[in-house]
Order: sequence, then structure tokens, then C-alpha cells
Amino acid sequence: MIIKVLGPGCRNCRDLEAATRRALDELGTSAELEKVTDYPTIARYGVMATPALVIDERVVCSGRVPGADEITAFLLSASPPPT
Amino acid sequence: MAPATRALLANRMPTTRSGRWTMLTALAVGWVLAYGVNGWFWDRVFVDLLALDPSTRGTSAAHFFCYDLVKIALLLSGIIFVVTILRSFMSIERTRALLGGRREGVGNVAAGALGVVTPFCSCSAVPAFIGFVSAGIPLGVTLSFLIASPLVNEVAIGLLLSLFGLKVTALYVGSGLLIAIGAGWVLGRMRLERWVEPFVFETRLDGQVIDATAGLTFEQRIRMGFEEVGSVLRRIGPYLVVGIGIGAAIHGWAPEDLFTRYAGPGAVLGVPIAVLIGIPLYSNAAGILPLVESLHDKGMPMGTLLAFMMAVVALSLPEMILLRQVLKVQLLAIYVGVVALGIIGVGYLFNVVLA
Repeated sequence: MIIKVLGPGCRNCRDLEAATRRALDELGTSAELEKVTDYPTIARYGVMATPALVIDERVVCSGRVPGADEITAFLLSASPPPT
Repeated sequence: MAPATRALLANRMPTTRSGRWTMLTALAVGWVLAYGVNGWFWDRVFVDLLALDPSTRGTSAAHFFCYDLVKIALLLSGIIFVVTILRSFMSIERTRALLGGRREGVGNVAAGALGVVTPFCSCSAVPAFIGFVSAGIPLGVTLSFLIASPLVNEVAIGLLLSLFGLKVTALYVGSGLLIAIGAGWVLGRMRLERWVEPFVFETRLDGQVIDATAGLTFEQRIRMGFEEVGSVLRRIGPYLVVGIGIGAAIHGWAPEDLFTRYAGPGAVLGVPIAVLIGIPLYSNAAGILPLVESLHDKGMPMGTLLAFMMAVVALSLPEMILLRQVLKVQLLAIYVGVVALGIIGVGYLFNVVLA
């Protein structure tokens, strides 16, 4: 799973990155977390309001910092835990 | 918002519908009480508890500072909370869809109006600009949106209403929209597309557009409201303290006729000077209004003050640096010039209308 946090580096983007890391740790999921800060790339995802969360090249949330429970739900639906 | 606070808030949020309404009602009652006893409370603290003479300059300034800080913080919290929930039904994606295919003129008017209601943070100015222009929205229409958004927002409207009343607020909103629509239209007519960084037009939007606020539950909207209050207060806190501090110093020490002498209705150059001072300064409506309030008490004309406030919130160095990534210096200079001229015109108009 490749996760990207889109945003120029304002406080909201850092909050989202930290929250995503925590959610990953709690789930025990290993994933690559990448920060995308350059505007042309951000725009190419169709994102007009930062921060945005991208999981496996799919934008799941933009324009706000979602709650921890929401992030967990995004991560789970992208990669269901092994049963 | 800090992760710890966020977690705390998430756990504290009542989970039932009635629980949420009880909490909101309790908060509203607490807010009204706090707002009501604010003046009385600081009178007791300064006069009865500290036994200070309220007519001395120092005491008067300190009293003004404490009273105003609590008043503005309460007003801001209430306004931001309500506005965030209302705005969560709008989004930048919906705004772009509404503006798509509109011609200049009508498009400028729509962009100005949508700039007021769309939730928008200035750190998103660049992706929004790219998103608008690459979707085929004319440059002038896009600029109308970018001017209106910081200039006329609901937080400024709410604060102006509570501090200065309906007439000043209506004039501010009307003229702010006029500047956004007019400046955007003029800039569009100038055909300045050659001074937009080329990559903007080359950007292809591959990703699927996701609506930032669609399908949220009411609980999520309430939570967004609380988080926005915390995040805005923390972000603008320093500006607020500095603004109210300067306001308090002016309240206590500035001689009554200082501004009427140098920037009063008779001072012809008051408006352009106020705008020139305001352009590089960076603050938002909430940080600048306490200062405006105390300058007004000292006799500075309202038009000059509103022009100053508009220059501070609509044009700022940090925003120019951000926009420089998509606009070339020439276009940026014309942009600042046109908006500044509009603000100066409005300042003179206000000084005449409100005299």
C-alpha cells in the first residue's frame, strides 16, 4: 500500500501526516508514506483544497483533516486485514 | 488541532442525538452568559479587587485589553463554529462546477458571491487557482474568486456586525464584492494569460474529483466546527493579542485628536496612505478589527479604516509569495495595483457616505 499526503506543508498537512502514521501504527500495517508538496503534482490529482489523502493513487479525502476513526476506515477499505 | 486534543474531543463527543443537542445548548447558554458578564467581571477585577482608578491611562488600557480580548475571542469562537457548520454544506469543488462554462461578467459576479460562502484557506490558493484555470474558467473570473474569498468572509461579516452595526457591515460587504467583481473583470479584459506560469495551462487533471464535504454526518460537521475554532484561534492568537494590545495602547494613551488632526476627514491623503501601510501587513479580519475599533474611537474616519482593513486582508506579502508560483511578477504587480486602486476608491466613497 502506498499512501501519499498532498499539501504544501502547512499545519493541516503535518497534522494529517501524523494522524495517518498513528493510524498505520495502530493497525500494524506496513505502508509507504510519501509527502507530495509540489503544486503541479497536487493539481494533477484533481485536488483543489489541501490537505488531501491518497491511498494507492486514489484520492480518499481532501480539504480537511479527517478524524482518526475515518483514517482507519480509509486504510481498512483500501487493504482489508488478513483473516 | 493537536492530536491529543483531537482524541480527547473525539471521545468526549456525545454519541447520541439528544446528547449532542444537550451539549450544544449548554455551550450556547455558557457563551451568552460569558459574553454578558464580561464587562462587569473586569470592572470588579480592576476596581474592587485591585483597587485601581479606572480613569488613569494605564488602568483604562489594561481594562480595555482584557475586556476586548475576551469579547473578541468569544465572538470569534461563536461565529467560526456556526460558519464552519454552514460552510460544510459548500465546497470548492461545487463552486468550480457552478462557475464552469460561465462567461466573463456573469462569471465574475458569481465568483465574487461564491468566494464569500466557499470554505477556503489561503494555503489552498495555488491548487484552487490551477484547478479553476485548467478547468477552463477564465482568468478574470478565477481572480474575482481569489479576491473575494479573504476580503468578504462570514467571519469578517459577523465581527463587523457585532462591533460596528448593520450600516457599516452592509457597506463593507457591498464594496468588497464590488472590488472583487470589478477588479477580476478588469484583469480579465486585460488579457494577461501570457503572464500566468505556463505549467498551469499544461496541467491535466487526471485524478477523480472528490468533494471535500459531501456526505458528512451532522456529528462530523459539529466536530469540524470545534476543530476549526481551535485551529483558527491558535493560528490567529498572536495577531489578535498584538492587535488588541496596540488597540489598548491607543485607547489609553493616544490623545483624542491625534488622528483627527493627521488622518481626519480633512486629510486628503489619509486613504492611500492607509492602503499603502496595509498592503505588506499580514493579518486577517479578526486580527485587525480590534485595532480598527480603537482607532475609530479616537476619531479616525471609517472609510480610511475600512480601506486599511481591506488592504491588510486582501493583499499581503505571504499571499503574493504563494501566488508567485502560478503568476508572473508582471501579472502580480497589476493584480496588486488594480485591487489597491479599488480599495482606495471605496475608502473615499465610505468617508463621504459615512461622514
